[in-house]
Amino acid sequence: MSDDEKQTGRVAGDTGANEAELAERFRRLEEKLASGGHGAGDGLGSGERSKPSAIGQAFRLSSELVAGVAVGFGMGWGIDKTFDTTPWGMIVFLFLGFAAGVLNLLRATGQAGGGAATPNSGDEG
Amino acid sequence: MANDPIHQFQISKFFSLELGGVDFGFTNSSLFMAATVATVAGFLILATSRRGLVPNRVQSIAEMSYEFIAQTLRNTAGSEGMKFFPFVFSLFAFVLVGNMLGMFPYFFTITSHIIVTFALSMLVISVVIIYGFMKNGVKFLKLFVPSVPAWLLPLLIPIEIISFVARPLSLSIRLFANMLAGHITLKVFAGFVVTLSAFGFTGWAGAVLPFLLTVALTALEFLVAFLQAYVFATLTCIYLHDALHPGH
Repeated sequence: MSDDEKQTGRVAGDTGANEAELAERFRRLEEKLASGGHGAGDGLGSGERSKPSAIGQAFRLSSELVAGVAVGFGMGWGIDKTFDTTPWGMIVFLFLGFAAGVLNLLRATGQAGGGAATPNSGDEG
Repeated sequence: MANDPIHQFQISKFFSLELGGVDFGFTNSSLFMAATVATVAGFLILATSRRGLVPNRVQSIAEMSYEFIAQTLRNTAGSEGMKFFPFVFSLFAFVLVGNMLGMFPYFFTITSHIIVTFALSMLVISVVIIYGFMKNGVKFLKLFVPSVPAWLLPLLIPIEIISFVARPLSLSIRLFANMLAGHITLKVFAGFVVTLSAFGFTGWAGAVLPFLLTVALTALEFLVAFLQAYVFATLTCIYLHDALHPGH
């Protein structure tokens, strides 16, 4: 028991391992955690974590839309400047940027699939 | 000016250091970045100096923060993502301690400047792009091709690209705006107390309200300081997930 724990601690703390060895160790550690039944719920209680992440989500959403529109604006401006197409680049890319912002927003809330920016989808798919 | 809410974000240079035409001057921002790194490193060295089987308080805080980030990383990027653990943990620790140091009166908040947060988020997105291409080669570009009918692709690929480019921007804006707005609000409400208290008894009575608000806002700011560091780390994990599994 005590040996086990010491080993687990050393596995976590060691940094100078190559990747294959590291992956192998993680796999073993995972098995150990799964069979030992401790790990996921330890440390921070799940109730403790769910509350900040809900507010965190709220903070997150506020800037997604703005960033999308801002990047669309910037790209449109850049294209107009280089190809002398004023104002068409700006018009097209503002709309595309707005769409991208909405897309990011929906992904952040997990309502749109497709890209990988869905935090809740995990590994599947 | 004691009551100027913007004054706290002023950069003041301690000394200049001209190297090849670029000024590497040491400012108060640099000082607090160095202090942040020193605090994190010092704390973790102290915490791991006596690796007890039964952790003492300091060690258990270090272990909890390890567990916290490792759990987040495993949940969002999968266990393959654990090779990025040092990166994500450093980012989280830097942002968290930077935010928390900023909560001390008269201290400088490094994350309240967009250039700092933007540099951090560019670091994240560079790691995602470079590692994504290294691991997946050209297949990394599948990230920009959603699974829709082919005739929609000319419209959707630009949208996906903009949505990708928007990520570092939203990552940096969120952290910077939260810290900036929070500190300004705090300063303004605290300034009300000082200003009102100059008006005798009525002012004193009136100052109770902004005073209570300042107390509440301070608590909220501590929450935001932690939360923004957490959000920054979580989003880093999500973007790293893209580098590991594009196409999805």
